[in-house]
Amino acid sequence: MSLALREAMIGFRRAPMLSVLSITTIAFSLFAFGLFSLVAINLRSALQQVESRVEIRGFLEEGVSAEAVADAMQVIGSYPEVARVEYVSPEQALERAREELKEFRDVFEAGFLPGSLDIRLREGSRDPVKVAEVAQRIRGFNFVNDVRFGAEWIQKLYTIRNIATAAGIILGLAFAAVAVIIISATIRMAVMARAREISIMRLVGATDGFIRRPFLIEGFIKGVLGGGLALLLTWIASLVISKYFIQTEFFAPSLAMLGLLGGAVIGVAGSALSVGRQIRQVS
Amino acid sequence: MIRFSHVHKEYPRTGVALNDVSFAVNRGEFVFLTGPSGAGKSSILKLIYMDELPTKGDVMVSGTHSTGVKRKAISLLRRKLGVVFQDFRLLEDRSVEANVAFALEVIGTPREKIRPKVARLLTQVGLASKATNVPRELSGGEQQRVAIARALVNDPFVLVADEPTGNLDDRATRGVFQLLREINAAGTAVVMATHNLELVKRENLRVLEINRGQVVYDSNDDKGRAPELTP
Repeated sequence: MSLALREAMIGFRRAPMLSVLSITTIAFSLFAFGLFSLVAINLRSALQQVESRVEIRGFLEEGVSAEAVADAMQVIGSYPEVARVEYVSPEQALERAREELKEFRDVFEAGFLPGSLDIRLREGSRDPVKVAEVAQRIRGFNFVNDVRFGAEWIQKLYTIRNIATAAGIILGLAFAAVAVIIISATIRMAVMARAREISIMRLVGATDGFIRRPFLIEGFIKGVLGGGLALLLTWIASLVISKYFIQTEFFAPSLAMLGLLGGAVIGVAGSALSVGRQIRQVS
Repeated sequence: MIRFSHVHKEYPRTGVALNDVSFAVNRGEFVFLTGPSGAGKSSILKLIYMDELPTKGDVMVSGTHSTGVKRKAISLLRRKLGVVFQDFRLLEDRSVEANVAFALEVIGTPREKIRPKVARLLTQVGLASKATNVPRELSGGEQQRVAIARALVNDPFVLVADEPTGNLDDRATRGVFQLLREINAAGTAVVMATHNLELVKRENLRVLEINRGQVVYDSNDDKGRAPELTP
């Protein structure tokens, strides 16, 4: 193995420009992917925060009986999506409004606001579809006048997150394909640069697997370096965004490792794709 | 040990190289392959180390048959034979000892076995004092000795040499040839393609003359003179 590693290093030394080119393309492919992933994970955590505050509020008709409300609360509380149901009387609503909107506290009068049922959903049931579904059911109670929930902007955040994820995957894959193509092309040159070694290896009875190994190691190293470079670039980008725009969170270490692994996969795949064919052309 | 049975070899571009060639080389033999350029000498050598496979017929080398041979089997076969060329084929950026050690490393020889073996081989070919030199610091004859040392790393049963003295002056030719004789005397068969008819005439060794892809003379069968050697 140490010999294969040494031979791989010779590969770098012989063609430094090509090596740098391969590493850079891998880095860009993963950087593109990384940037969009960064957007996606930040939107995701923003969504989680927003979602935890998702509430459905059903406004009640005036003069509805306490028993009817208690019955409804029992029914709603038994929905699997629902975490908690709370009755807010018109007096409490007024109190809350006065507290939240201090400037207008004198404007509010008793009887101005209707009573409501405030419903909090369980985690995992807070996506737009489920929320709308539960809201629809609550609308079904005939003493519920109106149901409010932040449907539109939740939907918008979800859409943005999906677009970011898709864009990241598509751009990342496109760059990855380019990186694989460039690496397989550089392998051709790397093989030619080492044609003499290869023909001697053949002559003295080295197996194809053995001859291939240094090239795969070279691909692996390039991939990991490219992945590392991409991580660095993404990290710098996240710092810049945090400083000048909004606070962003960076990838967890396990996700960052996945970036390195992605680089390694691209590097080895690019090498493996062409090395067999190329070394057979050396006699 | 080496047996060609009705071997035909045709190349896609240059056409027929060998036409119904049959002969055998026995253990410990020394055989000259002679004949004009393009007669098929190099094709025969390439068929021996299975760099080429016959279009028709069969080549058997140390129990390995060319018919249906796998690439892996070819690699393993090559560990049992040594090959040297007119142009030495050394790695220019590595020392003499690294060149010889390379052949052992790439077949996975344990490190501790490599050093003593390389030292012994370099002594055998008379280059112990030049172990750390790089090839371009050596004369042609010395470079060919390095190539021979490399070919001997696996104690081959046969040494295949394609014009090994083709690039050397008379003095170096004599030295390299002497080395090949010594290797042969120690039990390794040698198959040597050469243009050097003086050398062939001087030695009383088996001669196979090739012309237009056929064996036109084998001194083992015929006690007369080879056509090419007849003035």
